[in-house]
Amino acid sequence: MDITPTPVRPEPPGERDKSSELAGSTRPGDRIFLALSRGSGITLLVIMATIAAFLTYRAVIALAENDGNFLTTFEWNANADPPVFGIPVLVFGTIVSSIIAMVIAVPVAVGIALFISHYAPRKLATPLAYVIDLLAAVPSIVYGLWGALFLVPHLGGLYEWLDQFFGWTGVFSYDGGAARSLFTVGILLAIMILPIVTNVSREVFKQSPKLHEEAALALGATRWEVIRMSVLPFGRSGVISASMLGLGRALGETMAVATVLSPSFLIQASLLEPGGGTFAQNIAAGFNEATQTGRDALIASGLVLFLITLVVNGAARMVIARHKEYSGANA
Amino acid sequence: MSNPVIDKAPANEAPALPSAPLKQPRLPRWAPFGLALASAGIGSGIGLLAGLESRIQWGLIAALLYVALTMLIAGMVEGSRQAKDRLATSVIWVCFLLAIVPLASLVFETVSRGSKVLDGYFLTHSMAGVADLQPGGGIYHALVGTIQQVGLATLIAAPIGLFTAIYLVEYGTGKLAKAVTFFVDVMTGIPSIVAGLFIFSVWLIVLDFNHSGFAGALALAILMMPIVVRSTEEMLKLVPNELREASYALGVPKWRTILKVVLPTAIGGITTGVMLAVARIAGETAPVMLLVWGAMEINNNPFEGPQQSLPYYIWLQWKSGNPHAFDRAWAAALVLIAFVMILNLAARGIARWKAPKTGH
Repeated sequence: MDITPTPVRPEPPGERDKSSELAGSTRPGDRIFLALSRGSGITLLVIMATIAAFLTYRAVIALAENDGNFLTTFEWNANADPPVFGIPVLVFGTIVSSIIAMVIAVPVAVGIALFISHYAPRKLATPLAYVIDLLAAVPSIVYGLWGALFLVPHLGGLYEWLDQFFGWTGVFSYDGGAARSLFTVGILLAIMILPIVTNVSREVFKQSPKLHEEAALALGATRWEVIRMSVLPFGRSGVISASMLGLGRALGETMAVATVLSPSFLIQASLLEPGGGTFAQNIAAGFNEATQTGRDALIASGLVLFLITLVVNGAARMVIARHKEYSGANA
Repeated sequence: MSNPVIDKAPANEAPALPSAPLKQPRLPRWAPFGLALASAGIGSGIGLLAGLESRIQWGLIAALLYVALTMLIAGMVEGSRQAKDRLATSVIWVCFLLAIVPLASLVFETVSRGSKVLDGYFLTHSMAGVADLQPGGGIYHALVGTIQQVGLATLIAAPIGLFTAIYLVEYGTGKLAKAVTFFVDVMTGIPSIVAGLFIFSVWLIVLDFNHSGFAGALALAILMMPIVVRSTEEMLKLVPNELREASYALGVPKWRTILKVVLPTAIGGITTGVMLAVARIAGETAPVMLLVWGAMEINNNPFEGPQQSLPYYIWLQWKSGNPHAFDRAWAAALVLIAFVMILNLAARGIARWKAPKTGH
């Protein structure tokens, strides 16, 4: 292709012309620059592919030596000879703690987001949004330390209470040990993902069309009716994707779970009793002391975690992409 | 303004319509505040009398009482629509308070417990020769490790991230760009421990290197790249297209346009993005735990031998489980939070100071 002046042609609004007339340019600078930037993009794809490939490779080695069934064995003795390990306990712990976290965090986060966008006095709202932004940056190990040394001792009373009123369900029975259970993990994870879910939801709520709200107010709606009729329907997809992002974080969280949970390899009927484990916590707890096969087994469990988060995040991105024109949730 | 003749309802019409009065009775302005005080009082009263030891329960009782009382009283005085509105308002206030309490407690605990042993000695000494049970020791080795590992990770991730963003915004069309965009998004969600496992299986098992700061930096770089790409992309999109066209019109090649026009315009936002990404990875523990091993002595060479890092130091101190180690863990947590917060604040400062001027 020869170098011609960029032709003038109509382009859709918002869509910039970045066609590749210059890509075929003979200018060495242009070619080097294009190669560099395209190469970086390809590097990212290659990294993703090698992550999947290498984890699969090690996982296959581990599974070949496994004496139990990876999907149904309720045991993790990967360092033994022959190694026996399976993931159902980890799947249970990971999913249950994340669900508890979502059930607690999402409504509260939506509440705070509405508080900042529609309820708080202006003077309070701006600094508050700023502070919540900062809290999203607090490292997870600090949450873990706080959870283990401050939250755990303070939850015993609450658990006795739950046991007293809901103990009959079996899910909330508690006999007064240290509160290092999956439920505590769920509460801590909820506190951790609160800032990120709040931030994304607030961004969405802030963009809900002002005219709709004013029209509703003009018809005599109360503030709650305005929110229910014009803000929430508008922000729904944004809230969903925010929750999925939070879920992705909760599923992969390592340190906060490892500090708080007292792990054991069995599924407890009661969520308040210590025990259970999550993928990330199990890896962190056992990796450095494991044998080669033990490490491969943990890598195999890491692969499962990778796939789960991949699916969750992919779904979240799809929801965002579908509603991009009005969700504005591009965090 | 009022006209007594018109305002006075005609006597024969008034009783026919069971019309609602135009002005409904409203609760006084101080009502929510008064109710909150009352329910807080009753809540702690119940807590005291029933001998509930946990303050969390007192708070929960008070919060439930407040929501119920507000709805009940508003329902009686103002009607059901207003009651729903009041209910929503009180629930949202309760949400806000519920969330603020743990987050404030986190900050308060870290600052109050962390400042106990945090001094010049703590910042300038390592843990060499200090047993877990002893007081003393410090975080110098961890600070060195964190700064070197994060620095190396930034050196790797920032250029790749920057160029990928340039590709996506300035060049990218077609399938490759779409694939890159999608996988960058997905990559943002990779759990940090999986990144650690990946580097472990490549760098330590297949390539047969040993634990080192650099291995940790590689994993941190993987976590950092997608964050840099996303933020840089957003910033480059904000650069007005007129600037590019003006540059092309003067005959400037595309690469010089990007280098001399586009990047300088967006440099503030790009710096902010990179700093936020640095703040994010500085707190990562899991990959460091698998790859850096956690030395107790100072190791200034990130390419050789085990190192330490701040988040992993906190974990090790927590794990050794005695009061002196806890003190050190809190102090290190305070330093880590301060480090992350300063980076965040500086980044936002730069963002405000160098905000790109959007054209029209």
